Amino acid sequence: MLMSETMISTFFNLVPLIVFFPVIGLLINIVFGGWMKEKAIGWLASAASGLAFVVSVLLAVSLSGAHGEAQVVPFAEWIRIGELNIPWNFRVDTLSVTMMLVVSGVGTLIHIYAIGYMHEDVRFKNDPGRFRRFFVFLNLFIAMMMILVSGDSYLMLFVGWEGVGLCSFLLIGFWYEMDTLGRPSWANSDAAKKAFVVNRIGDLGFILAAMTMFWYFGSLQFGEVFARAEEIAAAQPLVMIAITLFMLIGVAGKSAQIPLYVWLPDAMAGPTPVSALIHAATMVTAGVYLVARSAPLYTLVPQAQYIVALVGALTALFAATIAVGQYDIKKVLAYSTISQLGFMVAAVGMGAYVAGMFHLVTHAFFKALLFLSAGSVILGLERGHHHLAHHGRHGSPKSPTSDSDPRSQETSDSGHHEEVRRAEPVEAFDPGDMRNMGGLRKTMPVTFWLYLIGTLALAGIFPLAGFWSKDEILADAQLHYPLVYILLTIAAFFTAFYMGRQIWMVFFGKARHDAAAHAEESKLIVTAPLMVLAGLSIFGGALNLPYLHTFTHWLGYTLGGEGAQAVAEGAAHVTEVTPWYVLGGLNLAVAGLSTLLALAAIYFSWLIYGRKPLAAGQKDPLKKGLGFIFTGMERKWFVDEIYWAAFVDRYVDISRFLADVIDGRFWHDWFHDKLLAGTYNWLSRVALDKVIDTRGIDAFFNGLGELTKQASTNLRRLQNGFVRSYALAVLFGVVAILGYLLIR
Amino acid sequence: MIPLAYYLAISAILFTLGALGVLIRRNPLIIFMSVELMLNAANLAFVAFARAYDVLAGQIFVFFVIAVAAAEVAVGLALIVVIFRTKHSIDVDLMNSLKG
Repeated sequence: MLMSETMISTFFNLVPLIVFFPVIGLLINIVFGGWMKEKAIGWLASAASGLAFVVSVLLAVSLSGAHGEAQVVPFAEWIRIGELNIPWNFRVDTLSVTMMLVVSGVGTLIHIYAIGYMHEDVRFKNDPGRFRRFFVFLNLFIAMMMILVSGDSYLMLFVGWEGVGLCSFLLIGFWYEMDTLGRPSWANSDAAKKAFVVNRIGDLGFILAAMTMFWYFGSLQFGEVFARAEEIAAAQPLVMIAITLFMLIGVAGKSAQIPLYVWLPDAMAGPTPVSALIHAATMVTAGVYLVARSAPLYTLVPQAQYIVALVGALTALFAATIAVGQYDIKKVLAYSTISQLGFMVAAVGMGAYVAGMFHLVTHAFFKALLFLSAGSVILGLERGHHHLAHHGRHGSPKSPTSDSDPRSQETSDSGHHEEVRRAEPVEAFDPGDMRNMGGLRKTMPVTFWLYLIGTLALAGIFPLAGFWSKDEILADAQLHYPLVYILLTIAAFFTAFYMGRQIWMVFFGKARHDAAAHAEESKLIVTAPLMVLAGLSIFGGALNLPYLHTFTHWLGYTLGGEGAQAVAEGAAHVTEVTPWYVLGGLNLAVAGLSTLLALAAIYFSWLIYGRKPLAAGQKDPLKKGLGFIFTGMERKWFVDEIYWAAFVDRYVDISRFLADVIDGRFWHDWFHDKLLAGTYNWLSRVALDKVIDTRGIDAFFNGLGELTKQASTNLRRLQNGFVRSYALAVLFGVVAILGYLLIR
Repeated sequence: MIPLAYYLAISAILFTLGALGVLIRRNPLIIFMSVELMLNAANLAFVAFARAYDVLAGQIFVFFVIAVAAAEVAVGLALIVVIFRTKHSIDVDLMNSLKG
């Protein structure tokens, strides 16, 4: 290493900047954004995120210079109550730096993309002022995510955890007064609330885990907890299981696992860059990070590990089946995200922390790519639609009238904005519906190729990033957890199938809607970040190639035993077990099988959707073949309905009961009105007023007054005005006094 | 030397006459004179005691009493004049407007 030790430590001291650059960015935008142009706002926010990325890179460089030794950089004292002492320390180790790089790197690209995307979006939806708000929220998200990954204690992690939850809420409900098609409704804010409430359930698990941990460990600092983990696990294994399982609830909430995944599909109500950044690449992986971070705890309780792995695998399969039946381009990707998060959670649950983190990183690349490309598709369709609305219709009966066009408002008087919006018919063009697409390969070639790269990476086709990371998970699962392996393999098959379906439906065949026929390619500011992400999706697998295992070694510094163990295991396969098909830690049988399955799935999807493309208004061909099973997939297995019936309605019933019977009738009517107020009234009216007051106090004072009056009436006679009688009285008085003095 | 008791007896008789005069008569001038009688009965007692016990203070006190009595009569006569001017009478029993 050429750099001196002081240089390295200086870089470590820069770590608070990963939080403060975005904070400074958002503050500038809040204060001065009103005077700044759109471009300036967007680039400022991007620069704030980009600077955080630069700092992350510097940290990574210093860390590899310091041989991966974890650094704790004290920043400020935060909480000190009794024996609870939680400073705000930054933890710089290979795990947190990996997350920092992903968050700030992908985040910066998405910031840049959003400059182009939101420009069109806010124009379409008639509110340019929101451009600034959007970037303020994005920067806040980056700052919170950085707090999450860089915190040195569970509580600091929780601060970030809640912060990103807040940003998620704010951004899902970004267009809070409309639905995804721009019609006035509360659908988007309902989606935001759903995400927030479901996350809150998960957060309760996290809080319980943290409290239990503090009760038994007396600390929430990572270092202290991990140091005592083995001792506690040996003494009280149940405590350890409770902590890890409570934590799993938090993970299920944040990383959208069964049973708390339901918020993520609805979260697609947010603008597409948000879906890409928060609900695909970074925030939802916080749960995976949490498990990887808590590796020293999970490693001690295999039972909990198995449950985590099973939850992940089940989620992976379950969500993948739902993705097959979706028509909304972003919904498919949302369920795909849930499914892929299931892969990661399964991986970290199995103790394959490196594989999980590896998949987290590659998934961040290709899923961000897919979401942003989907955003580009949506923009392209909106542009086509816009084009139609302004150049007359082309004879298609499906073509919407200009009234239903959200952009026609632009030309109307802005003073009558509200009225115009209300006057819109319910029927509106949905640019995200894949049934409206088709044939976009020709009109949007750049987006097509980018989307194809993302799809192949996600499907796990050699040699794209997804192949390496997914294969690593499958190989680890195949070693110890056959059930998980089977579930994940089937899920991988479905993954390739629904992505193939999407490609055929969106980009091939003929346009099923005039808007698709007139779709226009996006500008460079939108496609350029996609190209970078596409490059990362292609070459991301190079992070952890067989024989080299760069990433395994890198994370091994932090995950210690676990990482090293994984390397050793890989080596063991080469030397001891040595089936011929395992090369440098790459299980060719597993990889080959999953690739074959993926290819087969894509072939099937071609058979169903590619060979004979969907016509306009035609039903999904799978519906005929699978019947009610497909209906189940299409309707998300009715999970929302079941939750609604089982929890939401019951919750409403309970709250009604509480409000009506307990609060209304019991507390209000009976207890307060009848018992308290009634008793009080009786006391005051009868007991106090009539008895004590009237007959007691009143009577006493009235009597006193009467007495005085009587006395004065009697005594006034003495003062008769005759001076001589006074003199006589004086004389008698003197005589009496003298007489008394004499006799005494 | 006439014994002290004689003086005191005369003093008491004078005082009683004075007091009776104040109580019985309705003419304020007479009442004033009766008051003078009472004061002078007291003066006589003072002087008698002063002489009997050879103390000068009693005699000096008498001078003060005489001075105060003169002042009192001056004020009293002025009042009587004013009352006469308003009521055209000086009967004390008519001056009973201050009563309960």
